[in-house]
Formats: sequence, C-alpha cells, structure tokens
Amino acid sequence: MPEGAAPILDVSDLKTVFTTRSGEIHAVNAVSFDLAPGELLGVVGESGSGKSVTMMSLIGLLPSPPAEIRGGRAMFDGRDMLAMTQDELREIRGSRIGFVFQDPMTSLNPVFTVGFQLMEPLRVHMNMNKAQARARAVELLELVGIPDAAARLNNYPHQFSGGMRQRVMIAIALACDPQILIADEPTTALDVTIQAQILELVRELRQKLGMAIIWITHDLGVIAGIADRVMVMYGGQVVEQAPVKELFRNPLHPYTRALLETLPGFVGDRAQRLRTIEGQPPSLRAQPTSCPFRARCRHAFERCARENPPMRRDAGGHHVACFWEPDS
Amino acid sequence: MTPETTLTAAPKTAAPATEGDPLVRVRNLKMYFPIYRGVLRRQVGEVKAVDDLSFDIFRGETLGLVGESGCGKSSAGRAILRLYDVTDGQILLDGTDIAPLSGRELRRLRPEMQMIFQDPQASLNPRMTVASIIAEPLDEHRRLDRRARMERVFELMDAVGLDRDFANRFPHEFSGGQRQRIGIARALALNPKFIVCDEPIAALDVSIQAQVVNLLEDLQERMGLTYLFISHDLSMVRHLATRVAVMYLGRIMEIGSRDQLYDDPRHPYTQALLSAVPEPDPAAESDRHRIILEGDVPSPANPPEGCNFCTRCPQVKDICKRETPAFRQMSDGRFIACHLV
Repeated sequence: MPEGAAPILDVSDLKTVFTTRSGEIHAVNAVSFDLAPGELLGVVGESGSGKSVTMMSLIGLLPSPPAEIRGGRAMFDGRDMLAMTQDELREIRGSRIGFVFQDPMTSLNPVFTVGFQLMEPLRVHMNMNKAQARARAVELLELVGIPDAAARLNNYPHQFSGGMRQRVMIAIALACDPQILIADEPTTALDVTIQAQILELVRELRQKLGMAIIWITHDLGVIAGIADRVMVMYGGQVVEQAPVKELFRNPLHPYTRALLETLPGFVGDRAQRLRTIEGQPPSLRAQPTSCPFRARCRHAFERCARENPPMRRDAGGHHVACFWEPDS
Repeated sequence: MTPETTLTAAPKTAAPATEGDPLVRVRNLKMYFPIYRGVLRRQVGEVKAVDDLSFDIFRGETLGLVGESGCGKSSAGRAILRLYDVTDGQILLDGTDIAPLSGRELRRLRPEMQMIFQDPQASLNPRMTVASIIAEPLDEHRRLDRRARMERVFELMDAVGLDRDFANRFPHEFSGGQRQRIGIARALALNPKFIVCDEPIAALDVSIQAQVVNLLEDLQERMGLTYLFISHDLSMVRHLATRVAVMYLGRIMEIGSRDQLYDDPRHPYTQALLSAVPEPDPAAESDRHRIILEGDVPSPANPPEGCNFCTRCPQVKDICKRETPAFRQMSDGRFIACHLV
C-alpha cells in the first residue's frame, strides 16, 4: 500500500474494558492502527488477544455493560465513531461498513428467507422499493457465485451448505457497497477446499469493488495468501505491524517469530520436534505495566518487566513494540 | 503401475502386502446409520458414514486420517474402537476380531484401546476432580488399593506434564491445553497399545497445539504407542504421521506413506485438498498452483453413482459416473481408489 495515502479508518489509543463479577478484564489496550482505501489488513492473534473485541468496539457492537470503551478515537470519514450515538452508528453499520462473522449459521436468521435478509439492508439504508431491492439481491448472489440466484432468494438458511451460507453473508455485507468490510474469522468454520473457494472469491471481489478489508484470523497461512499488511495482536495489544512480505521474511517481535516457528512446514524437511511457546497467555486483569509477552519470551530482560514497550516505527512501515533488538 | 491386489473385488480374503507388523487390521468396515421418518419411525434410508474401509495400522506408527468435515473420519475412528455396533466388516486388534464382540468380551479388551477426544471441555466431567477423572479407568478395570491408585495417578500426571498439586482441582480451573493433558492422562491410565486421537488439537490455539503434539510424540516413543490420528489439519498430520489416509464421503481415496502423499499425491482429491492448504509464506502463496474444487460435498445419505468424488472431480471421465473404482495397490505400495491412475 502507498504510505501516506489518507487512511479511510484511523484508530488511536483504543481501550476496552469488561467489568465482570471477578473484576475487570482489560481486553484492548491502547490499540492504534489505520486502514488505507482498498487495502486488506490482516489481524492475527490467538483467542483472547483482543482482535475481535477491537473491531466490535469500533462499530459499537459490544453490549455495555459489561463492555466499556475507556478511551481512544476512531476516525472514519472525518468523524469519530466512538463519539457517535447508537443511531448514527446504525446508519454506518451495514451500509458503509459491512461485516462477516465466523459462523454463518448463527449469524443468519433461520426463520427468514435469504432473500428477505439480503433485501433488508437495501430497503433500510438505500431506500429501495421491493422490486429494486429484489433485482439488486439477485445481482449480489450472482456476484458471490451462487448459482440459480433468483430461485435461491426464497430459500431459508438451512437449505444452504456452510460455504454457500458464508457466501450469502458476504453478499449481505456487500449489499450497500460498503467502504470497509470487516471479516471476523470468515473461513475458520469451513473446510479447506471451501475456504479456498471463499478466498478466491474475496480476491475477485476486491478487484471488482475495491473496498478496504479488515480480515481477522488466527491462521497465518490464510493471511500470507490474502493480506497487504498484517497486524499481530497479543494480550490486548498490537505487538507488530508490517507489510505482509516484510512480516513473514523479517519478523521482529519474539511472539511473531515464535508463532511462525511453531507451525509445522508444509514443504521441505520435517522438523524433528515442533518449537513451542511455553506458558499461557496473560490474564489481562489490570492495565499492563510491563510487556504482556514477557513471561513466555525467550529474549526477555529486566527492562521488559519494568515498562510496557512502546511502538517503534521504521521507514518501511514496519512497527514493533519490543525492547529487544534482533541483531544484538 | 499395475494393480497387485484388489481389496474390494475379493473381500475378506485378500490382504494387502504389508511391511511391518500390523496391530490393527480393518477389512471392509461399514458403518451405516439408519434414517427414520414419519409417525411410525419407519427406516427410510441410511447414512453411509463409513463405506467399505480396508487398511492396516502398524505397531508403533501414527496413521493420519484426514478429510473434510462429514467425510466419516470420526465415525471411522469410533467404529474401530467399537463405540458403535458396526454394520459390517472386520476389525482385527492384535489378531482378535472385535467387530462381532459385545458385552463382557469387549469390555475385557477395552484397556488395550483408548481415545483422546477433540473437545476437552466436553469430554471431562465438570463435577469430578482431575484425580478422579484420571483414576476412573483404573476403578473400572483394575483392582488397586488407595495408595497404589494415587501413586498411578501421580505417575500419569507427571507423564503428561501436569503439576501433582492440581490433583484435587476441577477441569474448569484449567486452560484448554492443560485440559487436553488431563484427557491424555486418562487415556494412558490402563497402558493401552492403541489410541485413537480424534482431532485432539483442533480446539487449541496455535502456540498450545505444538505443546500437545510434542507430548503425544514423546509418549509414543516412551510407551510404544500406536496412534490413529484423525485431523483436518494437513500440516500437522504431515509433521506427526508415518502414513496418511485421505477420506472423502465415507471412503478412503488414497493411503500411502507421508512422503508419497505429500510430495506426489496421485488421487485428484488428494491433489485438490493439498493445494487448498494455505501456506504461511506470502512469496510461495502468490505463485502456487491451486486447484479450486467446484461445489460442495454430496450428502452421505445419497452418494453419487460411481466414484464418490465424481461430482467435484476436475478430471472426471464417463466411467467414474458408472463404476465405483476399486481400492487397489500401486507398485509403490500405496493404495488408491481411482479409475484414472
């Protein structure tokens, strides 16, 4: 992506805290990132690293309580989304920002036809009448590669297979020509051959429609094949951010390095033993005062326990939050 | 490339040429689940979850069983352990056919074969302590006094890397990786020879997966275990398995050594499956040849005529839609069910 192009989404210092009976959980801590028009930003991290919560916070989809956004700004088109009312956010959700969730069965309503669910955003956000919405819905189903689209509009979600349902979800997300598509683990529940179909579809759609995409996943293989830029999250923070080739060729954060090493290779020699990351992810009970990865890090030293490393940026757009220098 | 043995043509007599010493021999295994409909619950059909499987698992090896969801890999694993009453076929465990056994005879053999489940949350009783979970098989099958029983529990906890101090805790107090260790300790309690691992790492995070896989490998080496490792994670199977079987819609499409299968897949389905696995390397990803399969897997209640893969096969020929391909051995030792090779 061209550095310097005005970002379509600019998030800074986002903090989200959940209040539970057993205390606070600091799920997102001072997360900052931006998204250029037409770019595909991959977000990787393990469960509990805060990748979904970050995106849900932006678009106001977290129930409050227990969630509370303690700070930050999220500029979208010149306005701060975190300061918007629910009504203003509803205008944006579904029309200018679309989403696709992990499990297509639970995110589609089983008692309405797919056609109804596709036409709903068109009629609400684009003020289309029934006939216009129907025509557009057929167009959308064809766009995502569902054969016999006009007839399929009258089907219910259970009449579609998993891969087809995910295509329907993508069609709904694309219904109002969004500028940003947020996809949260969209292929995790699918089989590899179906996942390959969906990835191919997304590549095609990007070329045709040119929207920006945030793609959340824990699968580094998927990221390698599809992203322009990658953001690695750990313990509620962004620990590294870089263009995709740079990240895989030259990972700087010990967590990213360890993560890449734990994956068994698909080609080449078979490793005698898999490298592991010992220990468990942090519990996030309080605001972090030290590096969240410190306890599992091979290179941790005394400074890591004293301070939470700030983001270091280099000219090539490779950002890392770590005190350790790989060459030293 | 001449077929040397045909398994489907001469059932129950022909055995494939084997190297090594098979611990488990499966012959023509069928597991059909009936479908009942209507007020009278009349049987209207059957789901052919496992349809005519024949293969061996050699002593001390790991056989990887891969395939997409719904292909019958878990049903096959459960049928082999006789968690189901199989429809037809033979399962020879160390020479004894366990397919027709029931009741006490089967129970006597249970200590030999154990299972590790996918979801450690669902497969551990939340009301039992770690010690009582691990000791349950001992209570069922062994007569041990209290000291010996506790001794054995601690030994098992050490073996899987669980702190002895946790013996009186409950499953919910543990993370996913540690819970899986509890499940592994329970499976090892009776010194089994054969363990079916049904997606043991699918519910775990990447960084924890490697820990569990290394543990499984260590235990295999130390205790001489034989694994049937069921997974949809093709990279992990490549790391762990000695030989690999690829299933599609209830049948084995191809079975061979790890290197044969990954370096030179011959069945069109194996080729497509392997090419669909995303690699964590952007340079390799961009110039990789990908076979994108059209459409979805047909229902196992109503499999297509001929080869089960014929509806999605990129190289389909007329014969594939008429005749079920025989499961035959190639000159390089692998077995394959395809008309085209």
